[in-house]
Amino acid sequence: MADPLLKVTDLKIEATAYPPGEPPQDITIVEDISFALEKGRVLGLIGESGAGKSTIGLSAMAYGRGGVRITGGEVLVNGRDILKLGVSGLKRLRGAEVTYVAQSAAAAFNPARKIMEQVTEATLAHGRTSKRKAAARAVSLFAKLGLPDPENFGNRYPHQVSGGQLQRAMTALALCPEPELVIFDEPTTALDVTTQIDVLAAIKDAIRDTGVAALYITHDLAVVAQVSDEIMVLRDGHRIEYGAADQIINDPQEDYTRALVSVRSIDHEEKQPTDDPVMQASNVTARYKGTKFDVLHDISVALDAGQTLAVVGESGSGKSTLARVITGLLPPSRGQISFAGRRLSADLAGRSREDLRELQMIYQMADVAMNPRQTVGTIIGRPLEFYFGHRGAEKRRRVIELLDKIELGAGYIDRYPAELSGGQKQRVCIARALAAEPRLIICDEVTSALDPLVADGILKLLLELQKIENVAYLFITHDLATVRAIADSIAVMYQGRVVRYGTKSQVLSPPFDDYTDLLLSSVPEMKLGWLEEVIAHRKMESAGH
Amino acid sequence: MRGIPVSALIGLFFTGLYFLGAIFAPFIAPYGLSEIVGDVWEPSSSRHLLGTDSIGRDLLTRMIYGGRTTIFIATMATILSFVTGSVLGFLAAVLGGWMDQLMSRLIDLLMSIPTLIFALVVLSVMPVTVPVLIVVMGLLDSTRVYRLARAVAVDINVMDFVEAARLRGEGRGWIIFREILPNALSPLVAEMGLRFIFAVLFVSTLSFLGLGVQPPAADWGGIVKENKDGIVYGIPAALVPAFAIATLAISVNLVADWILNRTTSLKGGRGG
Repeated sequence: MADPLLKVTDLKIEATAYPPGEPPQDITIVEDISFALEKGRVLGLIGESGAGKSTIGLSAMAYGRGGVRITGGEVLVNGRDILKLGVSGLKRLRGAEVTYVAQSAAAAFNPARKIMEQVTEATLAHGRTSKRKAAARAVSLFAKLGLPDPENFGNRYPHQVSGGQLQRAMTALALCPEPELVIFDEPTTALDVTTQIDVLAAIKDAIRDTGVAALYITHDLAVVAQVSDEIMVLRDGHRIEYGAADQIINDPQEDYTRALVSVRSIDHEEKQPTDDPVMQASNVTARYKGTKFDVLHDISVALDAGQTLAVVGESGSGKSTLARVITGLLPPSRGQISFAGRRLSADLAGRSREDLRELQMIYQMADVAMNPRQTVGTIIGRPLEFYFGHRGAEKRRRVIELLDKIELGAGYIDRYPAELSGGQKQRVCIARALAAEPRLIICDEVTSALDPLVADGILKLLLELQKIENVAYLFITHDLATVRAIADSIAVMYQGRVVRYGTKSQVLSPPFDDYTDLLLSSVPEMKLGWLEEVIAHRKMESAGH
Repeated sequence: MRGIPVSALIGLFFTGLYFLGAIFAPFIAPYGLSEIVGDVWEPSSSRHLLGTDSIGRDLLTRMIYGGRTTIFIATMATILSFVTGSVLGFLAAVLGGWMDQLMSRLIDLLMSIPTLIFALVVLSVMPVTVPVLIVVMGLLDSTRVYRLARAVAVDINVMDFVEAARLRGEGRGWIIFREILPNALSPLVAEMGLRFIFAVLFVSTLSFLGLGVQPPAADWGGIVKENKDGIVYGIPAALVPAFAIATLAISVNLVADWILNRTTSLKGGRGG
């Protein structure tokens, strides 16, 4: 048997940490990582943020990001140790033999230059072929990746194409120099599910047709199961499990892998409608100041006390705008919101303190939702002081009670947000909302910035708190798995309209309208061959029409 | 005191020295402020460490009293400019809309007139007293602070935690002083060091032009003016206040740099 294309042995990667007020110290981010990748195979690297998956991926280019140093082990590409290569050797390797697809194509493309120039840039810089041939190859790659009008696609600027198309263009960029290895670093994470499926299928076909090997980095096990031959599960820079994709998904050996595979399996029995709505939006139409089109068209939804209404849709569907209308940040141009039987003022300034207290909000990015200069005690204590006039020891006692409720405990009261993990930050935001003793909490994508296991914990906590406090949630999300886990009723939004609305069982059972069908079938499932099934199914349907 | 870099220590030492000299001027100064104690432009000797000035007053005494006036005026003007500038800047950012436009355009109008010329015009019609000097300098300088404060606050104002405070029903006072100010402090502190030095230079310039501190009171700009003719004869008396201004400028900025580093690293360790 020939040497594998990529062989990594005992990789060790370190970085220098600068804890405030202490001398700098070296920390190990990755240790004891070994794997081999044959030509034409795909290895999925999976783990939570901070697991070291991107760092390992980049080590295949002998690159350390931001002060990260590869301090041990060997990385062999075609039998040469690339860690021993000099600057010119690395230059020949990177962008030619090994290429990279970044997470955010929008940030990776230069907005001032046409796509074609950028796609062929590395190929030409390495002198791999003539300009004409590179352009021809780019066009054939555009066609292979299913981009519209491949002949002229390259003449557009990055802002003239959609996010999903740009991500595919980036894949073309990586494949253009005919590399032997491509590193995909979360290429579909920033995309909507309905777009993700097309990009995934395109990437998979392109890998198969060009015969390159690939490292596919993602935090989503269901996604990686679709494209990989083998999977390595990582945690805190260590290997948890490494095996064939089939084995990892269907027969995981380690507890951590099992938890990842079974994530989002919260069983939530939907509550029956009570006809006691705590919040009701009737015929709401809204537009942003200075624009000429409505972002929301005639939205009517109701939310029963103590229940959860999930608002689902892709980015741009108007779901966050609906939240802004309900909170009063964006007064609707038509329609009204009633809350607990009374009519809410459209404008924030017109609402009573009681209205404000009973309607709280939790944000997607917990980091920016808390003032970095306030301690957890101040953050949670302020609503107590503001709405109920609690001060001093009484306030502190209530804050500790709330901290217990969110399973953090009194020890966190004097910490700053920067000293908390992502999940803990979101818990503090939940406590701040609960402190006001609200009847309704608007949760705007509260779990989408979190790792799956942490998100699971947050969802369980929210469900638990709903039982105790009888608070209603308006849960805005793009993730249908989350919806299944938490919703009692669902409103599906598309282009500013509610296209489907009802109890969870009604909305999620056939017959579906076209959009809901597309949305539901696009959510990656944790099984091998799912992608092919869906694509084949869609092809059949469109052939049938 | 652990972890203070050497540069900051040097800065702290000299800044402290100048400020202590200013505060305790009557106790340190060897002679009276306008006492004529020797010949014109005596060279430095054991009796007159820096020599004497153009009419035979002790230069060290003049420098100490002059530093007192200069530092006092500059400090007061800086504080005034920061309080007005940042409060107005934050307010403009929080209010937004046409109020912001109105305030910002008015400030632009003020800034379009060169500060020195503006100050000269105002001071030539007003009685030149220390309070008037402080108010004129402070208000003119506050336009710069306003611009910085507004720019910083506009960014902070759109953060989710400010929106959360607004949804809670907090008033403008809380949003400005509890949500925005703590997060805007580090660029403002850095700017403060710089503006203090500009204020020192500004008051010195005014005095040099005869519209600042009036004789017989001393200030550094005034001392340069009194002794400038000596330079032709190789008398260094006019350079002494210049040297004092330069060292004060450097040491204050060393301190400001250090504070800037410290406060940014508090902000979630981003400063490293």
